[in-house]
Amino acid sequence: MGSIHLQNVTKKFDETEVIPPLDLDINEGEFVVFVGPSGCGKSTLLRMIAGLEDLTSGKIEIDGQDVSAVPPAKRGLAMVFQSYALYPHMSVRKNIAFPLKMAGMDQAEIDRKVDGAAKVLNLDAYIDRRPGQLSGGQRQRVAIGRAIVREPKAFLFDEPLSNLDAALRVNMRLEISELHQTLSTTMVYVTHDQVEAMTMADKIVVLRAGVIEQVGSPLELYHRPANLFVAGFIGSPKMNFVRGAEATKRNAHTIGVRPEHLSVSRESGMLKGKVGVAEHLGSDTFIHVAVEGSDLITVRTEGEIDLKHGDTVYLSAEEDRIYRFAEDGRTIQ
Amino acid sequence: MATGHSRVAARIMISPAVLLLLGWMIVPLSMTLYFSFLNYNLLMPGVHEWIGFTNYEFFLTDPAFFTALGNTLLLVGGVLVITIFGGIGLAILLDQPMWGQGIVRILVIAPFFVMPTVSALVWKNMFMNPVNGLFAHAAAFLGLEPFDFLAQAPLFSIILIVAWQWLPFATLILLTALQSLDRDQIEAANMDGASKWSRFIYIVLPHMSRAITVVILIQTIFLLSIFAEILVTTNGGPGNASTNITFLVYAQSLLQFDVGSGSAGGIVAVILANIVAVFLMRMIGKNLEA
Amino acid sequence: MTLDEKTRTKIGFTIAAWLVGLLIFFPILWTVLTSFKTEAQAIASPPLFLGFDWTLENYFEVQERSNYFRHFANSVVISVGSTVLGLLIAIPAAWAMAFVPRKRTKDVLMWMLSTKMLPPVGVLIPIYLLFRDTGLLDTLTGLVLVLTLINLPIIIWMLYTYFKEIPGEILEAARMDGATLWSEIVHVLTPMAVPGIASTLLLNVILAWNEAFWTLNLTAATAAPLTAFIASYSSPEGLFYAKLSAASTMAIAPILIMGWFSQKQLVRGLTFGAVK
Repeated sequence: MGSIHLQNVTKKFDETEVIPPLDLDINEGEFVVFVGPSGCGKSTLLRMIAGLEDLTSGKIEIDGQDVSAVPPAKRGLAMVFQSYALYPHMSVRKNIAFPLKMAGMDQAEIDRKVDGAAKVLNLDAYIDRRPGQLSGGQRQRVAIGRAIVREPKAFLFDEPLSNLDAALRVNMRLEISELHQTLSTTMVYVTHDQVEAMTMADKIVVLRAGVIEQVGSPLELYHRPANLFVAGFIGSPKMNFVRGAEATKRNAHTIGVRPEHLSVSRESGMLKGKVGVAEHLGSDTFIHVAVEGSDLITVRTEGEIDLKHGDTVYLSAEEDRIYRFAEDGRTIQ
Repeated sequence: MATGHSRVAARIMISPAVLLLLGWMIVPLSMTLYFSFLNYNLLMPGVHEWIGFTNYEFFLTDPAFFTALGNTLLLVGGVLVITIFGGIGLAILLDQPMWGQGIVRILVIAPFFVMPTVSALVWKNMFMNPVNGLFAHAAAFLGLEPFDFLAQAPLFSIILIVAWQWLPFATLILLTALQSLDRDQIEAANMDGASKWSRFIYIVLPHMSRAITVVILIQTIFLLSIFAEILVTTNGGPGNASTNITFLVYAQSLLQFDVGSGSAGGIVAVILANIVAVFLMRMIGKNLEA
Repeated sequence: MTLDEKTRTKIGFTIAAWLVGLLIFFPILWTVLTSFKTEAQAIASPPLFLGFDWTLENYFEVQERSNYFRHFANSVVISVGSTVLGLLIAIPAAWAMAFVPRKRTKDVLMWMLSTKMLPPVGVLIPIYLLFRDTGLLDTLTGLVLVLTLINLPIIIWMLYTYFKEIPGEILEAARMDGATLWSEIVHVLTPMAVPGIASTLLLNVILAWNEAFWTLNLTAATAAPLTAFIASYSSPEGLFYAKLSAASTMAIAPILIMGWFSQKQLVRGLTFGAVK
């Protein structure tokens, strides 16, 4: 239950094609994250799965059945919106009960299920309050409760944590991951935050301009990015890219090294540069080095390092940590 | 959100309104147009010949038409002048710090909600009547001859009555616009050393110009069709002194039963209104894009 | 006692504003006062402001002589009727335009508004003849139909602006929750739009109650609402100021009260959004 299959799916808004032909498989029980920069089509794709947007062509199957022409109400999916989209004139209880009421369930059954969901999500204390009286995190939980109670084939999340403050976001991330462990239901999650993607996903789908750049597990994408875009998108801080001599030496148009794989030395190394700003986070220090022929290079070092603004440094990396990219962006193996 | 389903639903949901309004526009209007080319008089049943533009010729060359046209312009112009200047003044007054602003607002707004026939009759009888009206009493108190408003200055009297009714509308709109003015701009002007009068001319008035234009356009559209006030006070008289185009068409159609001529007049009225409407629609359109 | 300049200005403006306000309101005040006088006192010279014998006789006489309440009921029927009918047609239309906007939506909306700008005389004759031939002349049904049509653009416009303030995502959530279109409108949209619908309702009742063209031309004794009934006082017999005042007071009182509540809606509804 809960496998989703997209075949040759395209989407046009007026005359602009925002999603060229796309294929994707989501397996039962997977936590799949659509990630990518603004405007890459990830939300549009999610809404097409939900049925809130039509396909221009192609088909979507859920559990083997073609649902391309089926309205959202009948697809058996539940969605959690970025703005939570709670019904402001209904109490928390009524909000969660609404889908069950639409399904024609009898009142006793509805009450049972609502109480169940409330318990799982710790909503008992404010079950009779209205959304306007709740905090962001509480509203988020009500939105999730409303989705859970339908026992859908899959959950769809549209950037649910974007409106929360940083600390709350970390907490909710864990709660949602826990939820996935408990329910084992398929979850399709859209975010622009690659940290959320890396920490929550079984499988990440990286999108750019409507095209799937790569599909894979978090570690696959981290260790074996298929192209320059994915390499630069996954991992924080961003991978450093260098062109010029060091690249041509290795038969590549561009080379890339992650900040955590660079080492600094005062004496010698692969690249020579001048120390710029150093950011001290306590556990790590990020040093930004100006190297000729490339953008600012970021280096991650542990603990304290005795380098001052303007000092000359040398940066090196192990060969198997250096990625090579061709002119069209593909990774050279 | 746009899916095939919702698009179909939307089309069905909007069609009653569209069909009804389309019907309301097209059917009667084309009938009026058709009648205007006929020799159709309700007093001569069975006679409906096509006479082309003859009705228009008669209507437009009738001296009554010119009087009515002039009266229409005077009516609209007169009311506009009173309501715009009065409205700006009142809006500024109501925007000042004072006690009981809410109640004063209610007092000023009230006339707009009085039905036109009541307004007209109250003014006609209890104020303007040369024997028993308050104005007559006031004149007597001052030792003057009472002035028979509706007989001696019918159009002016009607302008007064209609202006009284529409002043609240203009005031309300202009007050709303005034209160939407960013206080920051005024403070910046103060810092720049502007006097109260300069502030008014260079900041307040331009900001309100949009609202003023809207008030002018909307009032004009409705003022072209003033009817009830004329009907119950002067019936268009004496003679045609207080007849506007609307009343003229009414008189010819329902009093003289000259359907053909009345229809021609109706079409003329529609054309006049259209001219104003074009400008108003442009303003609304600009705002819808915003 | 010396007051600072701010307070002195405030006092000044207060006096000025109250004076102007009372001046403008005076005709209404005078009408209400006169309704409680005897006919003789109504035309007394010098005019009596408060010092007269208050009486309710006019109110009773107006009802006795001319069945006032029948006309009052007519006004109620046509105002409420045309408003309800208008809302039934307008709510779906406004839903469509607010939540499923297409390229043409703005044009359609503007066209609808433009139908309100048609001068009534342009269609007086056909409507009159049509009503005469179909037996709708001097009927409440006929009036309700006409009033619905002339105010429909405003109702649609106002509902459209209120609906646009509702986040579309909430309706999408309802769809995901399994709601049919009917459920979506009844259980989610309408409760959320209640304030907007109430405001529109109020404004439309006022507009229909005060309408004084079609109500004057399409009615006679049976279906005449208050607008037409009051018009009959334009050629009365004998002394009538006090009775006119009583009839007028009863006719305008409900609307004055409603008007008090609907000032903001007035701006929204009658300037078609061109003024915010």
